[in-house]
Amino acid sequence: MKLVLDPAQAMLAKTAADFAAKQQPVERLRALRDARDELGYTPSVWSAMADLGWTGIPFREDDGGLGMGMAEVVLITESLGRGLAPEPYLSAVVLAGGLVSALGSEAQRAAWLAPTIDGSKRLALAQHDEGTRFDPATCLSSAVSDGDGWRLSGRKAHVIDGFAADAYVVVARTSGEQHDRDGISLFLVPADRAGVEVTRQWRVDSRNAAQVHFADVALSRDDLLGELGEGLQPLEEAIDRATVALCGEMLGLMREAFERTIEYLKTRQQFGVAIGSFQALQHRAAEQFVEIELCKSVVMAAARSLDEVGGEGGEPERRSRAVAQVSNAKARCSDAVILVTNEALQMHGGVGMTDEYDIGLFMKRARVCELTFGDAAFHRDRFAAARGF
Amino acid sequence: MSELETFREEVRQWLEANAPQALRGRRNDPAAVPWGGRNPRYAYPESADWLERMAGRGWTAPTWPKEYGGGGLSREHERVLHQELARLELPPGLTGFGLSMIGPTLLQYGTEEQKREHLPKITGGKIRWCQGYSEPDSGSDLASLQTAAVRDGDEFVINGQKIWTSGADLADWIFMLVRTDSSGKKQAGITFILVDMDDPGVEVRPIRLISGASPFCETFFRDVRAPVGNVIGEPGDGWTVAKALLGHERSMIGGMAAPRVSLPELAAEYLGRDEQGRIADPVLRHRVAQSEMDALSFQLTVQRNADSLAAGHQPGPESSMFKYYGTELNMRREQLMLSIRDQQALGWEGDGYSEEELLQTRAWLRSRANSIEGGTSEIQLNIISKRVLGLPG
Ligand SMILES: Cc1cc2nc3c(=O)[nH]c(=O)nc-3n(C[C@H](O)[C@H](O)[C@H](O)COP(=O)(O)OP(=O)(O)OC[C@H]3O[C@@H](n4cnc5c(N)ncnc54)[C@H](O)[C@@H]3O)c2cc1C
Repeated sequence: MKLVLDPAQAMLAKTAADFAAKQQPVERLRALRDARDELGYTPSVWSAMADLGWTGIPFREDDGGLGMGMAEVVLITESLGRGLAPEPYLSAVVLAGGLVSALGSEAQRAAWLAPTIDGSKRLALAQHDEGTRFDPATCLSSAVSDGDGWRLSGRKAHVIDGFAADAYVVVARTSGEQHDRDGISLFLVPADRAGVEVTRQWRVDSRNAAQVHFADVALSRDDLLGELGEGLQPLEEAIDRATVALCGEMLGLMREAFERTIEYLKTRQQFGVAIGSFQALQHRAAEQFVEIELCKSVVMAAARSLDEVGGEGGEPERRSRAVAQVSNAKARCSDAVILVTNEALQMHGGVGMTDEYDIGLFMKRARVCELTFGDAAFHRDRFAAARGF
Repeated sequence: MSELETFREEVRQWLEANAPQALRGRRNDPAAVPWGGRNPRYAYPESADWLERMAGRGWTAPTWPKEYGGGGLSREHERVLHQELARLELPPGLTGFGLSMIGPTLLQYGTEEQKREHLPKITGGKIRWCQGYSEPDSGSDLASLQTAAVRDGDEFVINGQKIWTSGADLADWIFMLVRTDSSGKKQAGITFILVDMDDPGVEVRPIRLISGASPFCETFFRDVRAPVGNVIGEPGDGWTVAKALLGHERSMIGGMAAPRVSLPELAAEYLGRDEQGRIADPVLRHRVAQSEMDALSFQLTVQRNADSLAAGHQPGPESSMFKYYGTELNMRREQLMLSIRDQQALGWEGDGYSEEELLQTRAWLRSRANSIEGGTSEIQLNIISKRVLGLPG
């Protein structure tokens, strides 16, 4: 595993950075928020990303994708994170798209992957049950056997980009108790199926999120995604990939917030000098610099260890090494993104508290990232378990 | 089999045939690593032979060129060698400031003659070196140093005092910073020079540390003579060489973060495991995880830096980051080991404590110097904020 970009990756990183900068995403996010836009992102930007081929990065070539890996995905999410771009890359491509790619039948892949890659349709993952904390093994929603199919009931919340999605990958229990590892199944359910009710959630980061309620929804054999009762393992693997993609976003976000702060330290004058000449601030800035350097390494390493495991499980030892790297990255980036954005606000003084100034938007998104897919404490415990202690 | 794996096989066989039984399993015992010198000391008699065999292969300085007594290995090969030594829990053949500080600096700035003269004596463990930088009034503000060297024909005559000179009482040679000109800026007029401590004008007085050991000294110079040919770089231009050496020193001190013992295993031994096989105390388990994750992240950053240099990127002032984070990490880990061992970590000597536990007490106390020696943590943060982040002042 080499922790350096190869020339093709360096090129992709540059294209992504240029694109992200050109779309002026922070202003866009602000405008969408002020307009209380229900979609929460810009469809034309989303299709531009599809035109660039990014939506196809992690998919197999015979599904119409580019057959690349997480090492490339994190370059995209890092650029998006820099500008707080609200486009649904993580949810549609990495998370729900990743599950359809890993588990989908011929028919499901044909129906959903091509439109995901060309940006015409959008998938989302309905995983998180209302009233639970993050833990993929905890599942309150249920699909009860009914003739040849099932009837699905459950109340999902915090569904990422869940509003106006075209279909949901739904996590539901088909057997076992609330916390059992066995008995969790995945279904691919179109949003217009009778009994599916979607409500927009308004969160602190102004991004698209939804409650998705399933009231006795009829499911057929064709709606099952993967093997009955064996959904947890592939679900965890997809969430691991999405977690690393999210770490890429956090890295971009913290780098941008930090650079803006350093710039402010060099320009804002008090006591007749630039505030960046005060050692109390210098040392705190230097500590953040070190933390960000560590984050760069762990994100690269986590992406590469997932790529080394490859699809469909991989051998258990490699898999638990990769889990340790993923949890290491998520814990580190969660802590660092909070540190850097809190410090950014503090070092901007009063202006940092104003809605008009951008730094607050970075802090708000940082919190959402921190608490998505498990916080630092969750991942430290998961790291310990993966390492056998 | 890849070339690296062939090399691994060769190393394995060689170690099996050559590594003394008495030293296997002694990797974590500081006394098992010899420092060499004119009057070498060996806690284990087998170390002398081990040093000679390792030096014979050039493996005391694996990546140095062969013509100077090194092993001529690439970084990847060196990593394999270290992994195989670790597998048998073997200590390295030799350690010291020759290998970690003055050697790399000579490779960078020494003349051919200086390299041929000094490097083979370092790799062979024949000469032990110490570092004469700090003075009583010049610590963090190193460039203000006052020890004077005045030219007299083909020699410099040195007068002044150094302090905190680690190992000066056991060293044969000292690399030191002296002032040859005080007319300009303090960084100008500093000369980097090598001095044989056999000179009768050198006097060394050991100072006792909080850990009870006396690893460093006050070093006095009265009309000590050194030939002009012992200057590294140009006279008056020693600050450049001095900073390069600090880079090597900081990487070395930062690198000490490589763990002596496995924290999870230590914690399991002292705290027990629960029914699921996890460390029984959840709070300490969490702290162990934090420490292991910090160490992993640090190690990945060291690797990323190495990969990026190998890919042709220019080195920056990163050594300050590694020095800062590596030492702070090591110090946190030493403290965590105290928490894990509880009252058993507080013994000074005598009954009631295992050998390991007594070593622990001393190691913790010694580790407190990590954020001071080689430039304090505050100084590293100053360097990062000014030279990397470009903050004013
Ligand atoms: C175990 C050990 C071994 C050593 N071995 C050697 C050796 O072999 N050879 C050698 O030459 N030296 C050696 N040293 C000396 C070491 O390099 C110095 O102690 C160190 O550079 C600090 O200098 P000082 O002790 O004079 O502290 P001071 O410079 O007086 O610093 C005191 C405190 O003030 C802080 N401070 C100083 N300046 C600033 C600033 N600008 N901004 C913010 N804070 C500041 C420091 O960080 C520190 O906390 C050794 C030290 C130790 C502890």
